[in-house]
Parts: sequence; structure tokens; C-alpha cells
Amino acid sequence: MATPIFTWEIRDGIAVVTIDTPGKPVNMISAPAKDELTRALETLRTDDRVKAVAFFSGKPDNFIAGADIEEFVKVQTAADAEQMSARGQELLGRIADFPKPVVVGINGACVGGGLEFALCCTYRVATDHPRTSIGLPEIKLGILPGAGGCQRLPRLIGLRAALDIILAGKTVPAKKAFQLGIVDELVPPPILRQVTLDAAKKLIGGWRPSRKRPGGLLGLVLDGNPLGRMLVFRMARKGIEKQTHGNYPAPPAALDAVEYGLKHGLSAGLAHEARGFGALAVTDVSRKLVQIFFAQTALKKDMGIDSPPPPREIRRLGIVGSGFMGSAIAGTAVTQAGVDVRLKDEDLPRVSKGIAAAKSVIEARYQRRRITKYDRTRLLALVAGDAAWTGFGRADLVIEAVFEDLKVKQQVLKEVEAVLPQTAIFATNTSTIPIADVARASSRPGQVIGMHFFSPVPVMELVEVIPSRDTAPLTVTTTVAFARRMGKTPIVVKDSPGFWVNRILAPYLNEAMQALLGGASIESIDQAMVQFGFPVGPVALLDEVGLDVAGHSCEVLFNAFGDRIQPPAVLDAMLKDRRLGRKAGKGFYRYAGGKKQGVDPAVYPLIGAHPNGGPRAADIVQRLTLAMINEAARALAEGVVRSPRDGDYAAVFGFGFAPFRGGPLRYADDLGAARVVADLERLAERLGPRFTPCDALRERARTGAAFYS
Amino acid sequence: MPQDAPRGRRVAIVAGCRTPFAKSGTVFKDVLAVDLARHAGRELIERTNLDPREIDEVIYGQVVASPLVPNVAREVSLLPQLPKEVPAYTVNRACASSGQAVTNAADQIARGHADVVLAGGVESLSDIPILHTRRMAQVLTDFSKAKSLGARLAILARIRPRDLVPVSPAIAEPSTGETMGQSAEKMAKENGITREAQDQWALRSHRLAAQGTADGRLTAEIVPWFPADGGAPVTADNGIRTDTSLEQMARLKPVFDRRYGSVTAANSSPLTDGASAVLLMSEDAAKALGYRPLAYLKSYAVAAVDPGWQLLQGPIWAVPKALERAGITWGDLGLLEVHEAFAAQVLSNFKGWGDKGWNVNPDIINVMGGSIAIGHPFGATGGRVITTLANEMNRRDVQFGLVSICAQGGMAFACVLERV
Repeated sequence: MATPIFTWEIRDGIAVVTIDTPGKPVNMISAPAKDELTRALETLRTDDRVKAVAFFSGKPDNFIAGADIEEFVKVQTAADAEQMSARGQELLGRIADFPKPVVVGINGACVGGGLEFALCCTYRVATDHPRTSIGLPEIKLGILPGAGGCQRLPRLIGLRAALDIILAGKTVPAKKAFQLGIVDELVPPPILRQVTLDAAKKLIGGWRPSRKRPGGLLGLVLDGNPLGRMLVFRMARKGIEKQTHGNYPAPPAALDAVEYGLKHGLSAGLAHEARGFGALAVTDVSRKLVQIFFAQTALKKDMGIDSPPPPREIRRLGIVGSGFMGSAIAGTAVTQAGVDVRLKDEDLPRVSKGIAAAKSVIEARYQRRRITKYDRTRLLALVAGDAAWTGFGRADLVIEAVFEDLKVKQQVLKEVEAVLPQTAIFATNTSTIPIADVARASSRPGQVIGMHFFSPVPVMELVEVIPSRDTAPLTVTTTVAFARRMGKTPIVVKDSPGFWVNRILAPYLNEAMQALLGGASIESIDQAMVQFGFPVGPVALLDEVGLDVAGHSCEVLFNAFGDRIQPPAVLDAMLKDRRLGRKAGKGFYRYAGGKKQGVDPAVYPLIGAHPNGGPRAADIVQRLTLAMINEAARALAEGVVRSPRDGDYAAVFGFGFAPFRGGPLRYADDLGAARVVADLERLAERLGPRFTPCDALRERARTGAAFYS
Repeated sequence: MPQDAPRGRRVAIVAGCRTPFAKSGTVFKDVLAVDLARHAGRELIERTNLDPREIDEVIYGQVVASPLVPNVAREVSLLPQLPKEVPAYTVNRACASSGQAVTNAADQIARGHADVVLAGGVESLSDIPILHTRRMAQVLTDFSKAKSLGARLAILARIRPRDLVPVSPAIAEPSTGETMGQSAEKMAKENGITREAQDQWALRSHRLAAQGTADGRLTAEIVPWFPADGGAPVTADNGIRTDTSLEQMARLKPVFDRRYGSVTAANSSPLTDGASAVLLMSEDAAKALGYRPLAYLKSYAVAAVDPGWQLLQGPIWAVPKALERAGITWGDLGLLEVHEAFAAQVLSNFKGWGDKGWNVNPDIINVMGGSIAIGHPFGATGGRVITTLANEMNRRDVQFGLVSICAQGGMAFACVLERV
């Protein structure tokens, strides 16, 4: 017989159950776990020696990480998924209706099914350990909490607080969970067991915890009566529509499940919840979100090269260039990786600004209470700098973030290499300059690599790691591992113009400009793409990135790839009028006090455009997405990314390609290569040869092959 | 008096640095002393490219410690760059505190208890505890113990307006009640130091400090400070005056004796914020880690006099002791750093040494100015003068140098540095 997940001993009438999935780093709710728990509960119910049950995790910093997603993706039909949900509900219902008190001591992540399990217990104690987090992230996978979460959480903590967690797929720190009333007690880890068992003893003696209705008067008005709840539901529905543009079915379905349960009672609510789960589980959106989740999980282990050597540890990071990017990289590296950072710039005033900007990343985390005061003091002391190379003699990795100019970067490389230890890695943060060109200035080209960060650095999860043909494998793995420590998901891409993200973005942005010149209004272009699923439209994106930066990038790509990526003359006209985008306070949009206002109508005459209502939204979407797909297919064939998975992941996390569509290549598969090619050919005929489908697409159209097999 | 016996290991001064020294209430007015101390320590590690794991102990000097950070050295050793296991303590020998920190470090190295020690000192007179009166303190203590609302109100009713006047620590002798300035005034009179002589010395201090700043010798020891808001970095001392003259100084009124006095704000050291750090190693450790020491600590001595006599005349006793322990004579010295609390005190010290038959040659004393111009953060000055002396001994190729510091309580500190 296999090693059991649930083991227990009986002490003072309490069955102390340890949950410990053998051979796995975390506990998950899987089919075998459910079967075992069912049997265990039956034994504990009938064992007269057992007066109460206490659950603990045997993992050092994990309670239950949720349901086993591998099992969930195997489900084929809505009916099967509904049944899966109903069976889970039924099992947890046995805990909720258990004739003896059930207590739970939570240390480490307690999310998804883990929380739904805990919600069924009589009493919950959690530790204040930083790894203890509690939440229901199901929405992020396009489903809803289907094991009673939609029913029991609002009943426990009130409607508004529950919706806040369920609809956003939130996971909160233990302290917050305690404040919300999700757990009954918050204790330091060493006394978790004792406090939990003491509670069990009291419960055996007939004591019952009294819980106040949370939220005070407002709670009573809004959560505590049907009229108030109606108002809350109406507001929530509006909020969902505004955020998802109807592209994501899970949030409204979860809202329905909560509402139905509050109106018709627990068991009817559970049935409704299971039905909702079943319907969502087989939606295309959920499948796509799960695929992205799997890509993310896989990328966390993928070093980006074959037979990767184990990475070296980075203790000290040197950053050259303390400007916008350099300081943001510094601040992120300190807060995420806890690494010692040394900033260097040409003069001390710049260093001073850079240090303050880097520290503001730490302060922001402190203000959001994500780090303690002690952490803050420690982290702030990790940021320092100078106008000289002091401290670089001990740097293990240097990230250069100076002006985007080959000569300057080469000069910096030469200077810093003279003071670095022999083993140190030099990473250049660039979006357009070939790494091999920078490396030419190096006496150790094997230790030169590219790291393309995205702005704002603290928020954007993607980093492109770009080895040149001379970069050593150890340099790649060390850089990838460090990017991960910075909280990023790096993808390793080929050293070719624009790398991956800017390469596929350029034709998309160019096409947006073409549409603009063709009579589409700025609003209509941006609205069409936001409706498609982008977080911001292409024109607004240009403003965000900065028109000078985008213009330079497009030019580099035009020089490399010729006519098909020729940028229309729009950006030049804009730059002449000093319209650099948000950072300059004016671009395609107007800005006031750092906030985006409406479109600036002065732009149209400036670029020679006459908005006349056309082309239509569907046409805009088709032109822009197909331009991107065509280039993505070409770049993939050239080996710019190692797999469609990497490429799609980068598109989603680099510039927000509609996650529920899975990325441009996944989207192309959904459309089908034949249709993509046919549409591109039509567009080429109508609008010009830039749409001529690439060989990689034609080949797939001919053979019927997909990017993902 | 015998030389140190048994002889320990030779102690190398590897490097030193300091923050800019700023007049209190100016650029560092919002900066905590602990942050200045950490900055000096960390930047010294950076400048020397030292692996912080080599550090065995941290010793800092501070005179007016914040009650919230009573052991500032521990906060330095808790810099994230250092292993958390590095022990640390803070010493207070008044104005000689960081000199004391350096020699304590040297003792540990000489005995073989440590190979590498980070010493230093800090003072922020912008960050000093402001106290309540005894009466107010009593009221507040009673209040915290009161059980009922009525009792609390009754206690609060005891407060009188005069109780709200805060008490700030004065720079005065606890034993005699005499302030530093009054002591200097007394010494000027006792030793016949004229107002003109004092102003001359103060002017010289400013001129030489300005010169040392302009030619980069002084600024070489300074690590820039970056304000929290990202504003203009602080890179130089702000007390040094390039524009002052004897005439201007002569116009100032004496502070401590308005009728017959001669001590003015211009010929005294100002209240100052700043921190210093000095890296010390055993000779072998320095060699093994690849450092070329600036100098070796040859000897040191402390002395004290009756605070009711001439409070700052202790160097007359400390210096001969240090010379004797070094086995050298006054005439062997090629360079001196004499702490300038007041010009009256410097010139009184000179007179005392002259009375011993020693030839006091100003050309080799405080060649880049002194505390009157540069400033005097009590706990940090020792580290500054030792660093300045060691660096300048190398520039001038001097074999023996001396540091002399007078201190509160009638105390004094002296040490002899030697280059190989």
C-alpha cells in the first residue's frame, strides 16, 4: 500500500491529523487524497476515543496549495466537471457536518481547495509566518471556487469582503485574513499546534466560538440584508463588465453562484456553484488560462538552454546607469532578491536621484505593508552608489542600463570589465542593440549577455535574456536564475534585431499607425484592441513606452528587415512636435497631473490623418493581429524563441496580449493556418505586400499543422 | 615607564573615510546618527573592496547616544553586507571616542583576538535626545501607572507650564557645571592667549582646510552622502570658510565672557554632525588580503586632569606618555594632528608642550586645518584625524606622526602612527 497522505495519532481525545503528500513539495487536493480523506473521516467518526479532530500540514511552509490542476485539465465535459465539483463539495460537507469539532492549524499557503477545506472546519488558527497566505485564486484560471468557497466565504466574512477575494482571485497574507475574519486566531508558528489543540479541547468541553458580523454598520446595511446585497451585486456586475469587456465568463458566474446561494440557501447554492464550475471548466478561456499557468510553471524550471550548468550565486549586483530603468532594476533587485546593489553613474547628482528612485520601490512595498519595518531598514541599506567604480570589485553581475547607443555601451563595458572580478557577468539592458556587437568590446565575451527589462520594471514580469553566439552556458543559467530571483519569468531569446517582443510588436504598432492614416480615430483603434483583450490599445501603448523609444525600435527593425516593417511617417511628425508620450505630458493623448485625459485632436492634422469613421473595429483587429501573427511565425521559424510556449508567454506578459486567447501563436492555431494565410493574402492584395504571409504560415496552411501539436 | 609588554602583533591602519562634516541643523538635520554611522562604515568597506565576511568586530565611538539606539556600533555591524554574527560595541571617551574605538580595536588585534576590525565614530547634534524635567518625567511615569480615568486626570492636573520646557543636554561638565566655552575662556586667560592669536589660528585652520578641500586631499577622505529625496549629494564639509578674514573675525563678540573674554564663535569648533570609519588589520591579515597599510599604530596613551583646573590641558600628559611608549621623542615627529576644540585650547596645549622644552613647529601641525574649520562631531573626530594623519604621512613620506585630542572631563588621548 502506498504511503498515506493523512496520518494521525490520538492524544487527549483529539485525533491529530498530519497532511503530508509523500514525495511532493506541497499538499494538493487530488483524487487519491479525496479517497483517503473520505475513509479517514469515516474511521474518525466511528472511533469513540476521538472527541475532536485537528488538522495540520506536514510540509514546512505549505498547508494545502489547492486542487490538483493536472487532474482538472483532464476533464472533458461540463457534466464531468460539475460532478467533480459536487463530489468535492460532498466530501467537504462531511467535515462541515462532522459530529465532532474539527480544528485546523494553518502554516504556509492555504489557497483554493485548501481554504475551502479550512472553511468547513469548526475553528481556524493561522500563523503569522510570511509564507502563510490565504485565498481563492480560482478566477485566475477561468473557473470559480467550486468546493463551497462561493457559499461559505460570504457567510463567514460578509458579502463584500468575500466578493473582493473571489472575483479578483486574491490571496491575502495571514494577518489580513485574520482581520477579515477568515481565520479565528493569528499566532506565531512555534505555538500553532498548542493553540489549535487547546481550542479543540475547549470545543470538546462544549465551548463554541462566537463570531461577530463583520463590517460594522456598513456591513449590516450592505451585507446583512437582501436589499443591500442587491446593490452590492449590481455594483460588482458593473465592475466586472468594465474590467473584462465580457471576455471572461468566470467572474459573472462566480457572482451568480454567490447570489444564488444567499437567496436560496446553502445546498441550492452549492448545486448552482457546481453547475457554474462545470460550465466554466470546459470553456476555451479557462483552458487558455490554465495553459498559461502551466507555461509559467514550466518556465520556472526551464533554464533556457540544453544541458544547463548549475547557476552561480549572485551576492552583489552592480548597475551602471542610475536613470529610469537602472534605478527601477536596482529597486526591484533589492526588494525581490535581497541582493546588495551598487549604482554607478557619471556624476553624483544622477547617482543621488537613482538611489532615491530605487529606494522608492522599497518604500512603496513598505507602505503597502508587504514588508516589515525591519525588512525596510535592511533593504534600504542594500542600495548604495557612487560616481566611481567603488564596490564593483566584488560584483558578481553587472547590469548596464545606459543610453541606447552601441558606442556608449561598449565604452561602459570596457571600463567596468577593468574593475570586475574575472568571473563576473556583464548584462546589457537593451531593446534594440545586438548583444554580439556589445560583446565585441569585451575581453570575456562568454560573460556578456543581454537582459531586456520591461517598464515599469517592478510590475512587469517578463525579462528577455539574450545570449550572443559567444555567451557561455554558465552565463545564461546564472542570468536566468538571477532574473527569477528578481521575481521575473525570463525567456531566453535569440540575439536578433528586436529580439522577440519588440520584433512582433513593431508590425502591430505600424499597422495601428496605418489604420490611423486610413481614417480610423485613435479612440476606435484603442477601443477595438482593448475589446479584443489587450490592457491598453496600441496608440496608448506608444504613449506609455515613449514615442522616441518606440520610434527608435521601429527604425532598427526596419533597417534589419526592410519594407514589411516600414514604419509610417507618423512618429517623426509627432517627435518634431515634442510629443514623446506620457513622460512628456503630451503624445497622442493629453495628460494632466500625470493622468491620461482624452485624445488630443491636434494630433490628426499634425500627422496628416483625417478620421472618417473607417476602418471598422473588426477590420482593425484583423489587420493588427494578423500583422503580429505573421511576424511571430517568421521569428519562431528563425528560432528567435525556442518554442511557441515561450513566444506566447512573452506576448502575454511583455505587452498584455489577451491572456484568454493564449498568445498570438495559440490564437493563430485557433484561427487555423489556412484561414490566417487566406486572410493575409486578401489583406496583401488590398493594403500592400507587408501582409504577404510568411513561409512558416504557408507551410502550416498546406499541411494543416499547428504551432502547438 | 616601560614600553608595552608583552609585545603584541603589529596593527595596521589600512584605510579610513568619513561622511562630510556638516554644521548641526544644516544638511544632516533630518538624518539619524545611526544612518551616518552605517554609511561611513559601509562606504569604507566599498572603497577598500573588503569582503565584509573578513570583519571580526565593529567598535564605534559616540558621545550623545540616542536612547533609541544606545549601541550604534551594533547597528553598523548589522549592515546587511556584514554577517549578522559580527559583535559590536560603542565606547564613550568624550571627544576622543573614535580614537578610543581605534585603539580598542588595535588591542584586540594585538592580542590576537581579531584580525580585521572596523572602527569608527559618529555624532549628530541634530539627533540628540530632548529630555523632560525630572518633575515632568515623574508625572508621566505616574500617569502610565494610573488605573482609573479619575486618577489619570488628577495626575495631568499636576502639570504646570514650566514643566513643559524641555531639557536638552548641555555641553557642560557634570562635575563642575562649567561649559566647554567657559573652560576655554579660563585657559586663554591662564595661559595668556590673546584674542588675536586665537583668531589667527582659526583663520589658519579655515585657510588650510579650504586648501585641502580645493586640492582634493581632504575630499579624498570624504564619502558622498545622498539625501533621501534624491536631491543634491553632500560631498564636502560645510563649515570651512574660504571668504573669512581677521577683520571679520575681530568683529564678533565673545560668547562666554562678554566683558573680558576672547573666545568667539569664530575661534571655536562648531556643533557638527558626521561619522568616520577606520579599517584596522593585523599586519599578517593585511598582507594576506593584499592591502598595503597606510601606517601602523605604534602606541597610544590617555590621561586625565582635574576638570576644575584647565579642562582641556590633558594633552600635556597624554602626549609624553604616548611618545615614551612608542620609544621616540617629540623631535622624531614629522606630522601632527592636534584636535581643535578651541583655538585657546590648541595654543594652551602648545604652550604646555613648549614648557617641556619641545619645539612646537606649526608647519607640521594640522596641515589641512582642524576641527575649528572642518567641524567636530564629538564621536567622529578621532577617526577623522587618524585617517587624515595616516594619509598625509604617506604623501609627505613621514615616518612618525602623532594625534592629540583633548576631551571632556579633563581627559586627553594621544597616539603615535608609524610608517614602515
